[in-house]
Amino acid sequence: MPPHRFDLRLGVDVGGTNTDTVVIDRDDHLVGKAKMPTTPDVSSGIEASIQSVLALDAVDVSRITHVMLGTTHATNAVIERRGLQRVAVIRIGSPATHSVRPLFGWPDDLRAAISIDETIVRGGIEFDGREIVPFDADAVRRFLDGLGEPVDAVAITSVFAPVSPRHELAAEEATRSVLGDVHVSLSHQVGSIGLLERENATVLNAALIGVAGQVSQALQSALSAHGLSPVTFFAQNDGTLMALDYARRMPVLTIGSGPANSLRGAAHLTGMDGGLVADIGGTSTDIGVLVDGFPRESAAGVEVGGVRTTFRMPDLVSIALGGGTVVQEADGNGIRIGPASTGQRLLQEGLIFGGATPTLTDAAVLDGRAALGDATRGNGHRTLLRDAIERADVLLAEAVDRIKTSRGDAPLVIVGGGSVIAPDALPGVSEIHRPEHFEVASAFGAAIAMVSGQVDRVLHLEHGKRERLVDELCEEAKDRAVQAGADPEAVRIVELDEVPLTYLTGSPTRVRARAAGPMGAL
Amino acid sequence: MKLDDANLIALARGTAVLGAGGGGDSRIGLLAAQQACADHGPVELVDLDDLHDDDLIVCCGLVGAPTVTIEKIVNGAEGERLRECVETHFGRPVGALMPAEIGGLNGLQPISWAAPMGLPVVDADGMGRAFPELTQSTMNIAGISPGPAFLTDERGTALILLADSAEWLERILRCVTVETGGLAATADYILTAAEARTATVRGSVSLAMRLGQTLIDAASDPVAALVESVSGHRLITGKVIDVERRTTGGFVRGHALVEGLQGDAQRVLRLEIQNENLIALEGGEVRASVPDLITVLDSETADAVPTELLRYGQRVTVIGFPCDPIWRTERGLELAGPRAFGYDLEYSPIEELHAPAQV
Repeated sequence: MPPHRFDLRLGVDVGGTNTDTVVIDRDDHLVGKAKMPTTPDVSSGIEASIQSVLALDAVDVSRITHVMLGTTHATNAVIERRGLQRVAVIRIGSPATHSVRPLFGWPDDLRAAISIDETIVRGGIEFDGREIVPFDADAVRRFLDGLGEPVDAVAITSVFAPVSPRHELAAEEATRSVLGDVHVSLSHQVGSIGLLERENATVLNAALIGVAGQVSQALQSALSAHGLSPVTFFAQNDGTLMALDYARRMPVLTIGSGPANSLRGAAHLTGMDGGLVADIGGTSTDIGVLVDGFPRESAAGVEVGGVRTTFRMPDLVSIALGGGTVVQEADGNGIRIGPASTGQRLLQEGLIFGGATPTLTDAAVLDGRAALGDATRGNGHRTLLRDAIERADVLLAEAVDRIKTSRGDAPLVIVGGGSVIAPDALPGVSEIHRPEHFEVASAFGAAIAMVSGQVDRVLHLEHGKRERLVDELCEEAKDRAVQAGADPEAVRIVELDEVPLTYLTGSPTRVRARAAGPMGAL
Repeated sequence: MKLDDANLIALARGTAVLGAGGGGDSRIGLLAAQQACADHGPVELVDLDDLHDDDLIVCCGLVGAPTVTIEKIVNGAEGERLRECVETHFGRPVGALMPAEIGGLNGLQPISWAAPMGLPVVDADGMGRAFPELTQSTMNIAGISPGPAFLTDERGTALILLADSAEWLERILRCVTVETGGLAATADYILTAAEARTATVRGSVSLAMRLGQTLIDAASDPVAALVESVSGHRLITGKVIDVERRTTGGFVRGHALVEGLQGDAQRVLRLEIQNENLIALEGGEVRASVPDLITVLDSETADAVPTELLRYGQRVTVIGFPCDPIWRTERGLELAGPRAFGYDLEYSPIEELHAPAQV
């Protein structure tokens, strides 16, 4: 494939219920779409979904040049404690940092699933680049020698590694001298200032290396089965894309990419810059806010599987309400809605499809919101279903109200495969939009996602030099985005963050610049 | 009372509110306190009336840059080192630890230090909030000598400084803190329980715990519940549209702008920052100022946002509430009023600035 070719893009989104794919052209117009059930192994669902979109007449397979995958592999692995690597956890910082040990506060089962053992060895960096004490490489070797089981991966976190990674690099060398070609995650590559959150993310990253290898393998074999070897990206938590080889080393960054994709997809499909977006799936609904066409981000770092990380994600309100949500009589005269869901078995188990489980989709059809299956099959549960859809509307309205930051009515975009359960009007909502291709908005969002480049460095912003140094850093971030595939004409700085590290004049300041731009021909 | 896990969680949310943006990130303090209590058993919180008159109290905490506290977490044995120094110097045993300031991380730090020693922590502190300087202590107002002061770091380095001037100690300790890596553990204003009964802000640990519990218990509107429980005033609800921080004179100084939303649309509140939120201005008018407390809350959860975590786009509610009355005395204002921070303006108590007649 010629390196500069830029033609059709294939976007894939793995959701809890379905795996969606879209193919879009250079002008971001949809050429084809497909929806297949998400499979327990995830990979075969991706293969089936790609297979079915590529089989469409409208899609010229040979023209596909780029593939973007948004996947929940990593999130699911952490939440379900499944397929995780066994990790040796090394912190470099003794005699400092003992007052909060590595993984303190983690859920016990997650810690047991991931960590072989943890240690704090002498070393670490001061805010100004000095050593706290010299790094103790022998302690690393002794720790690794003494572990009673094979090590899949090693997570290494040094105090102030973002200022200087040298002790982490030395620890990696010591690790290789004992374990050879094992996977090593280094914290300075994973996160920013904030030892515990960065360490958590580094340990999760190491634990997810196997999952990352599997999914990229599955994706590549699905593509090569069609004679394709496109440029491949993974969607990451900030809604931008990272190259496949980078994603293989940084799987933790894929966590939370789904909501960002659906918000971006909704913005693009409606042409709206602001407003609310509800992504209604089979099991749950995520509601977020669009500001200038991008998801509003949460203020604090997010929790993943009960573990606090430095990552920022779209600010979301999530409720257990989806197309497959099961409704049942509760004790007394009430009804219970969810959190159980038929998920992808809706088409077999839902009443209107001939099954025996009353779901919100049955209720929506009975209420005349959609024409699906055989509506008369719901008649036996008429009262239950009518109460359920009323209650679901209230839950949805409450969730919309919680995410809103202003009292006035706001427009709401509804996307996702479970959209049929939503009403045509809600309190607090000025108008409801259901764009074309709403059911594949996330895959669309992945396909149109921007490519980003980030530089994160401690600068000595002495008087008079500040502007020049920050400008240089921004240019470097833009260059990185362009190298990753962004259109040089459209790339811009989307985030610039300066945090002085100390109280002193002329002291080091941590500066982080992130540039992003749409995919374009180089 | 014994400080258990539930108490500590409430306490951490409360000390963040009383930090007025400073005092360090209380989440780190919470984790350290939880770990210490898990390892050594819960710490007893005692009232000053329950101590003997001549019991020695070590007023202690961390000094340095908040950004360092979230990265170079302390060893945990600093408290034992400080006690050893104090006992050697005074020739008698220490009876209890006390937070130098109740705000932020420092409101919790003595708990994790006290746990391995089996010492109680006193329900009082030396500020009733967080302030950037050693001089800004109620013990200073009461005429308690700040020296001898003791400093240690994670390496076990120990320093004893004999001086009577809080200004002089502040200057030297701050220099030393830079050398120890931007962070050090200190004890100063060592005093007896009898002295502490009149020289401290009493009940501030349990106050912080109550405020935290208010946030935890509030079903629908935690911000409103908090404002009511601190007799405070909501200054603005909006989003952060600008944050500037610079390092001058040995502190992180800067400002943040909050633009109003909803009923506050068209309004912009400017926060002046020196580690803590010092002054809230609107259209050139003072809406709140030190020594009263100005705290930025997440509009949704009412969690206090420390100044170092302020960021563009955050949805926040800024509240102001009265300081301990001691800070409104002539000496209190001289040490911690607007002029002490270089602002040429007269202090007006927040309740007068927001008196119904003026609205």
